[in-house]
Amino acid sequence: MKISIFAAGMSVVASMATAQTPVLTVYTYDSFVSDWGPGPAVEKAFEATCDCDLQFVGTGDGAALLARLRLEGPRGPADIALGLDTNQTAAAAETGLFAPLSQPRPALDLPVDWNDPLFQPFDWGYFAFVYDRTKLTNPPANFRELADSNLKIIIEDPRSSTPGLGLLLWVKKAYGDDASSIWSGLADNIVTVTKGWSEAYGLFLEGEADMVLSYSTSPAYHLIAEQDDSKAAARFDEGHYMQIEVAGKLASSDVPELADQFLAFMASDAFQNLIPTTNWMYPAKLPADGLPDGFSTLIKPETALIYSPEQAAAIRNKALSEWQNALSE
Amino acid sequence: MAKRALGINPSTLIGWLSVALVLVLTLGTLLAVFGRAEGASSIGPSDWVAVRFTLLQAGLSAAISVILAVPLARALARRRFMGRGLLIALMGAPFILPVIVAVLGLLAVFGRNGIASTVLVWAGFDPISIYGLGGVLLAHVFFNLPLATRLILQGWLAIPAERFRLAAELGFSCRAVARHLERPMLRAVLPGAFMVVFLICMTSFAVVLVLGGGPRATTVELAIYQAFRFDFDLSKAAQLAGIQFTLGALATVVALRVSAPMSAGSGLDRVVMRWDSSAIWLRVQDSIIMLAAALFLLAPLAAILVAGTGQVFRLPPQVWLSAERSLLVAMAAMTLTVLFSLTMALNVVRLRHRRRLSMTIEAIGYLTLAASPLVIGTGLFILLFPIANPVALALPVTAIVNAVMSLPFALRILKPAIMEVEQTYGSLADSLGLRGTARLRLLILPRIRGPLGFAAGLAAALSMGDLGVIALFAGPDQATLPMQLYRLMSAYRMAEAAGAALLLLILSFALFWMFDKGGRMNADT
Repeated sequence: MKISIFAAGMSVVASMATAQTPVLTVYTYDSFVSDWGPGPAVEKAFEATCDCDLQFVGTGDGAALLARLRLEGPRGPADIALGLDTNQTAAAAETGLFAPLSQPRPALDLPVDWNDPLFQPFDWGYFAFVYDRTKLTNPPANFRELADSNLKIIIEDPRSSTPGLGLLLWVKKAYGDDASSIWSGLADNIVTVTKGWSEAYGLFLEGEADMVLSYSTSPAYHLIAEQDDSKAAARFDEGHYMQIEVAGKLASSDVPELADQFLAFMASDAFQNLIPTTNWMYPAKLPADGLPDGFSTLIKPETALIYSPEQAAAIRNKALSEWQNALSE
Repeated sequence: MAKRALGINPSTLIGWLSVALVLVLTLGTLLAVFGRAEGASSIGPSDWVAVRFTLLQAGLSAAISVILAVPLARALARRRFMGRGLLIALMGAPFILPVIVAVLGLLAVFGRNGIASTVLVWAGFDPISIYGLGGVLLAHVFFNLPLATRLILQGWLAIPAERFRLAAELGFSCRAVARHLERPMLRAVLPGAFMVVFLICMTSFAVVLVLGGGPRATTVELAIYQAFRFDFDLSKAAQLAGIQFTLGALATVVALRVSAPMSAGSGLDRVVMRWDSSAIWLRVQDSIIMLAAALFLLAPLAAILVAGTGQVFRLPPQVWLSAERSLLVAMAAMTLTVLFSLTMALNVVRLRHRRRLSMTIEAIGYLTLAASPLVIGTGLFILLFPIANPVALALPVTAIVNAVMSLPFALRILKPAIMEVEQTYGSLADSLGLRGTARLRLLILPRIRGPLGFAAGLAAALSMGDLGVIALFAGPDQATLPMQLYRLMSAYRMAEAAGAALLLLILSFALFWMFDKGGRMNADT
């Protein structure tokens, strides 16, 4: 206790000592700042160019990030919020906490058009069901086949998890008014619904299910980091729902130029090169060196499905109650 | 008389301050969240479904845990064998594990791909599917059977050896011993044990979600989560948390009213000998019960051990650093829990003749069991943000919150022990003029050493494994071990996460063992 208070005191003293160099405070989700995420390398690379102190603050997961910004309001210390996705940006824009991005915007390589005035994408991915190729040789090609099969799947709860919400919108976008019947069909395939991605993926690796809702890029981790090519994502012919992760600048920032500089840096190769093998997502702007080797083996969905932020915000409550009703029968 | 004898002293004051702290952290944070809400919203029908399911699963989980704990505690109380102490301590381990670790361990045994299923498939049966209410109950019994057993075992150990001696002299059969000694004890102990397990299961969330199999298994805590994160509806979150508190308070009051005070009288602290239960069939019965329980509780731990062993020494330095951080937080939380619970328990006992007041203090002590960690964390954030940088305070705040979260268990353990001391030796101490600090030092502390060690060990271990509020507050360099474990998992590093899980299990258990053993030194209990 004493030591913690002492340490806390010391860190205050330390931050006062460096008060001359400007501090850029970036709020993001916890796995971004972790030692195994992009955070440490990003900090090093940006500080080498900016003559500033880049401080990441982890706020739990993606949904907690927005909640934190809302709780703090305009008095908060954040300059940048990094890690919201398009399912949250409508609500984020509504708070009035974000400032318009400076022009011109960097060119991006997204499968869809992007012209949001407040938020700049930094990576993206497709949601997909991941399976083990050595155990499942003939994966389903769409949700109907999955529903008709005896395959067991693990999904995340849309109320507590970003991929969970992604799946909800995926089914809704692909099937519209038939979404309910798809969920009813899937009910007997779903082994369980977990709080977050980590639990779901952990259970899948333990062999609790044949498939797990994750990202189309997940097999790249096993291939590149573990030299294990047994994992694959099933390609669904309805298309795959996208997650686009974005960053925005807080209107209350006391270092707006530095914030702009960081946003520009986020579109540069120095940042984008880190994304594929630390966040295991596609870079929003393809670096000059292209993608790492293992990424060429990943599935390439024909259709990229996504709701606009406004549509996503408008439809999610209806989609959630359809999901709840279908799975509670 | 005892009232006067204990007098007004620092411990009384700290006891009252502890009550105030609990109120701030529970109801205060709730009000803070409510006050921050924009617009009012109301509780809908789906929320009442969640309330119903919460009560159902918590009631069943508590009932099963307590019913199974009685024969197990009896077996442990009347048998002596090599490694008994270690077995008792080890069986407590599930309770102190972080949920995800315990769940993975449980699934390694009872999952679709687990040992039990493998054996069944090999024998030509279908594999087990534990997802659903059954899975929730299985996990809750796995978590709480050890705690219930320990709480009930304490009741058995509080019956002095002389009672059993007298019973033997009178030629009591096993049945007669049960009627005259054991059942009155259980009558006093069971309601409290049931209540504690009920409250733990009531706020359980990740277990229910993972093993519940889907939205059918929605608890109030999940509804709070949804209100916060999906809807950012603070008003609804606060209302749901209010419902949860009300249910918790009701359960507590019922339990405290139902439990009859126990007084087994004083003894000379002899080693308990059980002449009534030496029959061979009773020995066999007890052995089977203990073996079955050990298998059920220890097999998942063994799975965690197997999964993590190869990884522990290859863990990166950051994980060790966070382990050190967690240890510091755990020690701080343990110290605070002991301070809070001891002083509160002393006040409860001192004021026992004013039953309503005494019960109110005790009930407040249990309040955190019904609290939502998410509401506490968010409320604290709202309270702290205007006056300080919550991130800089992350670790001290975590220690305090952890301390208060363990308070109910410590109080449940210490209060009956202190009550017993006061009822047995209170008059003697009064007549000797032993009061204040001297009474605490010379009479009470030495006689509650066992329970105190148990409470301290539990508090340290629970704090070690807690993810709780730190997740909302911590900066990048402040991760505790459970947080680091989650970070590893979310970076796909499941093997290293298994190593971190084992490290966490070992450290939590070592802390628990150290204090619990320290409390039982020289005492054959």
